[in-house]
Amino acid sequence: MAAGVAAWLPFARAAAIGWMPVANLPMPVAPTNKNKRQDELIILNVSGRRFQTWRNTLDRYPDTLLGSSEKEFFFNEETREYFFDRDPDVFRSILNFYRTGKLHYPRYECISAYDEELAFFGIIPEIISDCCYEEYKDRKRENIERLMDDLEDNKDSKLPNMTFRETMWRAFENPHTSTMALVFYYVTGFFIAISVITNVVETVPCGLMMNQRDIPCGERYTESFFCMDTACVMIFTVEYLMRLFAAPSRYRFMRSVMSIIDVVAILPYYIGLFMTNNEDVSGAFVTLRVFRVFRIFKFSRHSQGLRILGYTLKSCASELGFLLFSLSMAIIIFATVMFYAEKGSTSSKFTSIPASFWYTIVTMTTLGYGDMVPKTIAGKIFGSICSLSGVLVIALPVPVIVSNFSRIYHQNQRADKRRAQKVQKARLARMRISKSGSSTAFQHSKRNGLNQSLELTGSIEEDQQMKKTTSLLESQHHHLLHCLEKTTNHEFVDERLYEQGYLQTAHQNFPSRSPSLSSEEGITGTCCSRRVKKNIQPLNASHSHTHNLQELSALHIQCGEQQPLNTSRSSLNLISDESGSLNCKSSGLVTTAIISIPTPPSNNSRASPDAPPPPNTEAPPLLNPCTDVVKISSL
Amino acid sequence: MGAVVGTLTMQTRQRRPSRDKIDDELELSIVCHRPEGLEQLEAQTNFSKKELQVLYRGFKNECPCGAVNEETFKQIYSQFFPHGDASTYAHYLFNAFDSSQNGSIKFEDFVTALSILLRGTTTEKLQWTFNLYDINRDGYISKEEMTDIVKAIYDMMGRYTYPALKTDTLKQHVDAFFRKMDKNRDGVVTLDEFIHSCQEDENIMRSLQLFENVI
Repeated sequence: MAAGVAAWLPFARAAAIGWMPVANLPMPVAPTNKNKRQDELIILNVSGRRFQTWRNTLDRYPDTLLGSSEKEFFFNEETREYFFDRDPDVFRSILNFYRTGKLHYPRYECISAYDEELAFFGIIPEIISDCCYEEYKDRKRENIERLMDDLEDNKDSKLPNMTFRETMWRAFENPHTSTMALVFYYVTGFFIAISVITNVVETVPCGLMMNQRDIPCGERYTESFFCMDTACVMIFTVEYLMRLFAAPSRYRFMRSVMSIIDVVAILPYYIGLFMTNNEDVSGAFVTLRVFRVFRIFKFSRHSQGLRILGYTLKSCASELGFLLFSLSMAIIIFATVMFYAEKGSTSSKFTSIPASFWYTIVTMTTLGYGDMVPKTIAGKIFGSICSLSGVLVIALPVPVIVSNFSRIYHQNQRADKRRAQKVQKARLARMRISKSGSSTAFQHSKRNGLNQSLELTGSIEEDQQMKKTTSLLESQHHHLLHCLEKTTNHEFVDERLYEQGYLQTAHQNFPSRSPSLSSEEGITGTCCSRRVKKNIQPLNASHSHTHNLQELSALHIQCGEQQPLNTSRSSLNLISDESGSLNCKSSGLVTTAIISIPTPPSNNSRASPDAPPPPNTEAPPLLNPCTDVVKISSL
Repeated sequence: MGAVVGTLTMQTRQRRPSRDKIDDELELSIVCHRPEGLEQLEAQTNFSKKELQVLYRGFKNECPCGAVNEETFKQIYSQFFPHGDASTYAHYLFNAFDSSQNGSIKFEDFVTALSILLRGTTTEKLQWTFNLYDINRDGYISKEEMTDIVKAIYDMMGRYTYPALKTDTLKQHVDAFFRKMDKNRDGVVTLDEFIHSCQEDENIMRSLQLFENVI
């Protein structure tokens, strides 16, 4: 029931009195309005902008925030108004929904912001009225597609546990992932080009033989062309078989368009191999050679534009169908007319209606070869009408196809742009900075706090110093993270450190972990790290805590691939100076500051009884295998 | 007192007397009716000022042009009865509300009728109901009129009822009604017969008080 007519319910109930005399049974008791109060104005303060409405207006939709008692949570006693810390512009639409019963979606509004507001106020988006619903759905779909593109891009990142088959498939689909794939990509492209050129050159007349007749090159240099053909077909066959092997779903792969093109490209050769002996079929064999031209379609794997063109044509099937249909109608009509108009003239080329088809097509597409021209006046008149209408009929569906193509092309361009490494890396780096900012801040404060709590000598100055650098919010957050660490008896570590440690521990044996703070079991630095599938390995459990020593560790942050690095006491390492490092593109290493923590003596009593290898002697050997610049500073 | 027609319509009428249909449509859509003052209405009806305000706000929301025509009226009423077809009964209601019989209900008509229905005396209510049943306004309710009314009420129920509607349910109902109301068995029910019969029936009297607190 729309909100507007809710106001007419009293009228409908009053009109029910008209049924009373007709009724034979007593009526049910009417519901009483228990807390009947006069309709009052309520003030909704949304981020400073005050909206006022009747309470009854909001009560129309009791299953939303404003219509239910949920709004009492936002009631401000002092100012006697309901305060919402939300966007006032979007709130306008929402309040209008209560007033008019129709929810509108303003075009200038961002779709995700709007969705969030709707979700907050408990309104389902499906009730957006028809005038705005299409726009809303379109924008939502675009947004989802964009997000899916992002997800796909993220999936490109290397997962460590992919089988050989999966790696191969990924290499085939995205040639940019590894050099091997790129090489393969270019080699196949090259051979496709060779094959096509060979086919073309084969038919070029190539010089005279003794009998004064031009023969095509193919017949003159039969063996060399055959060799080239064989080589290309072998490459294509190998490629096809490899793709077939690597495909995750072989059945689906075999049904896909690209694989069909592949098969059609190489099949004529094999058929020709088995059929050269039989003279009767050699005619058919020659025709089969035509199919070799399909090899040029293999280029669509190499060209984004070709794929888009194919996809566009597929998606505009209805427009193309309409074009075809209207053209055929027009052709038949005009052919008939021209035939009968030219019937009278002598030596007319318009011998039959199908013969006139040719004239009509040539005229409508404005080709005008001139091999068939009307001679009578009527024929000329109808011929001119034919050419004029041809322009119209062809021009009409073309813009639809063009706009489709443009939309799909731009979408792909956007995906490509983002797939380009620079942008992606910068974006990832931004995300990483924001994530690690909080985690390193935590580790930083933890270090400060650790000194305090463990040494139990929190002097006043240190206290104040710590509080100066962290806000109350931060400190509460850090306390929370600290509690979590204590609960699980593990610590937070930056993800790179963890990975490096993970790779490093492969070289080391694993003495038992000490339960002290520095043992690490693979908790990555942030709560929303991507590295979920890491095996849990003790990180450099070799470091001991029996000594009160300064330990050195070097952190290397690289912009390219990772190399095994050492991390000891990685959990307490602070990464500063990150912003410069993450965006670098050089292959060199950028090292960051290193922190060493004096192991407090109180830890020793809790250390494991195993004899730990001396960490000092380890540090240099660990540093050496790593590359060039190592900056070590101790704090 | 009485209707105030929008000045625009006056202008269009004077300036372009001989235009075609489009102008007529334009006039109709901007014909505006504003009710007379709040105090007058308060004096004429049994509603308080606040109640009139609430009523007018609801009225204006649905009919911004100030008067309801039969189509809109049927639409609004049908929204309350989605199961069946409420248009016939709405038609009779419309005629009952439209006291001046000019095809549109203005706010005064609306409020006057509501005042009778909700705040009137039993006699007034019964009188109003009699007017509703008396479709041709001849002062008598005939069996055909009653059949029409009862059929309209049953139409609002829709097809899916329990127990299922049988073909002679209607007839039985009308016969029962006439047996009760038609005292002198002359085949029609007059106003007095109607009022007396209803006052004798406990159920009807009680149900008339049912919607006292609607506003």
